Amino acid sequence: MIGMGIDIGSVATKGIIVRGDSQWQAMVPTGWSPRNAGQSIITQLLNISGIDRQEVERIYATGYGRVAFEEADKTLTEIKCHARGIAELNPEVRTIIDIGGQDSKVIRLGEKGRVVDFAMNDKCAAGTGRFLQVMATALGLDVSELGQAEEPARMMSINSMCTVFAESEIIGLLARGNSKGGIIAGLHQSVGKRVVAMARRMGVNREVAFTGGVALNPGVKRALEEEIGCMVIVPKTCQYTGALGAALLARGW
Amino acid sequence: MPAEFMQDFASAREVNLMRIKDAKENGRKVVGIYCTYCPQELILAAGAIPVGLCGMSEAPIAAAEEHLPRNLCPLIKSSYGFAVTDTCPFFHFSDLVIGETTCDGKKKMFELMQNIKPVHVMQLPHLNNTQAAFDLWVDELRRLKSRLEEELNVQISDEDIWQAVDVINREKQAIKVIFDLNKADPPPLSGIELITVAWSRNFSSNKVEMIDKLNGLADEIGQSKKKNGVHSPRVLLTGCPVGLGTEKVIRLTEELGAHIVVMENCSGYKTLELQTDTSGDDPIVALAEKYLSIPCSCMSPNPGRLELLNRLIEAFRIDAVIDLTWQACHTYNIEAYEVSRLVKQKGLSHLHLESDYSTSDLESLKVRIEAMLEMVEK
Repeated sequence: MIGMGIDIGSVATKGIIVRGDSQWQAMVPTGWSPRNAGQSIITQLLNISGIDRQEVERIYATGYGRVAFEEADKTLTEIKCHARGIAELNPEVRTIIDIGGQDSKVIRLGEKGRVVDFAMNDKCAAGTGRFLQVMATALGLDVSELGQAEEPARMMSINSMCTVFAESEIIGLLARGNSKGGIIAGLHQSVGKRVVAMARRMGVNREVAFTGGVALNPGVKRALEEEIGCMVIVPKTCQYTGALGAALLARGW
Repeated sequence: MPAEFMQDFASAREVNLMRIKDAKENGRKVVGIYCTYCPQELILAAGAIPVGLCGMSEAPIAAAEEHLPRNLCPLIKSSYGFAVTDTCPFFHFSDLVIGETTCDGKKKMFELMQNIKPVHVMQLPHLNNTQAAFDLWVDELRRLKSRLEEELNVQISDEDIWQAVDVINREKQAIKVIFDLNKADPPPLSGIELITVAWSRNFSSNKVEMIDKLNGLADEIGQSKKKNGVHSPRVLLTGCPVGLGTEKVIRLTEELGAHIVVMENCSGYKTLELQTDTSGDDPIVALAEKYLSIPCSCMSPNPGRLELLNRLIEAFRIDAVIDLTWQACHTYNIEAYEVSRLVKQKGLSHLHLESDYSTSDLESLKVRIEAMLEMVEK
């Protein structure tokens, strides 16, 4: 059985193809056309795996761009796909914190990747990758540099949760000569606080996994660990969890 | 539902509008009402036509925000917006509008609305388990009766009220019979059909005729062949009022393949079991008893809502509960916590949604509802 999973996110489109125990993965920026991004992932996955399109039994799509993607045999929510993906990577996980480009979510799991409860934030950029991207620009950095640049020992707390106000707040802090590293640590703390508050409404059970593009940022991982008070697991393929879940479900449980 | 009945209910608003216009020209009075707490029986007893003023459209909200704060519930803003822009024909025809102090937002909004129309505000107590609260509510009903007599230039006798009590009791019973048909699996009525019937009756200019229509519909569905089909998730909707115009959560849920089989909110089952007791001497006291037992979140405490939800979950064999809070409705938003505890204790899926009347959050609502349904299907 060969299954393919495509996760069309707001920033990046991720894909995984699974045949038996082998899997191949690919990622492209989503850009302005979720459909083209999905299509290009299918081509890439077929190329790198050497699998023929005819051999692929099913393609399942997830992520915000899934609705416009006609190649998919079925669409599933990110919630279900992340749960299935994590169950494969680490069956001990009971709480997933996923922070993507435009939303963040917390999923509570039972045994075997069964979803027990979930909460999502997507009305506002606070607590998402978008928030960090805006702040990185204000600090003259690329969003990928934030994790390395933080200095937790000199942390400045950021009081504004709102992206617009937080941006003016950090410009003010910079003007008063505060260190960039301390400001960045404060931004990470602010994202951590926001997301953990959402998680606490449902209850946080161990083990806790952190997924999504923002999980590549070790500063946010640190902040989450401080707020929750326990270790947080970041899978090596943290950006691919949703695509992996979709691929496994497409292959058949 | 039989197509001709559906059409009939769907066009009730327009048809009744013309009839109410004619009635007005022939000297009948019209009284606009907003809430299930409003004792319609007194309006009927006064010989006037009670009409529902909905506040269920996004359109007039921008105009309302010129006077009202933005972070207010959309129902209040929409109600006021219709008034201030004079774009609701039912409001336009109303000789008097009746409001209740169900929440802070409404009671202060009604103060502003008095600049546009004669508004009578009933002081609703916030608890329903003390003698003082009950006495206050009885007084408020008497005060409304006097205001109606004065404003509409009529005398309301006890006999008139008892007659109206009988009409409203029969109307409630007729709608309850229709709602109860959905205990069947699959349910004969979709959530959209259910809200169309429940909502459209508010615009009827002739209650007796409406009761006949409701009974006819119930008979028709009862006799029609049972639908066959695979079991789809059976969802209960609770929370803030929903009407035609604000049915997006019902629509999305049914587009995703589930059935909204029953609604607990005030356009649904919340008041359907409440019958005015006709064994007493004083119809005002009997009405006060009925209205004060409505399990609305504006009451503190409000155990009746949880009891009702518990019973509906069993009777309608519910798989999942959606609790919809309109933005800035504090009382329903806070009760959402107790509702989620009840639902989860029963081992069912639960989803609390906070939204407004706009369409900007359709995608994010859809993902949440879809994820909840995926949990049910497991």
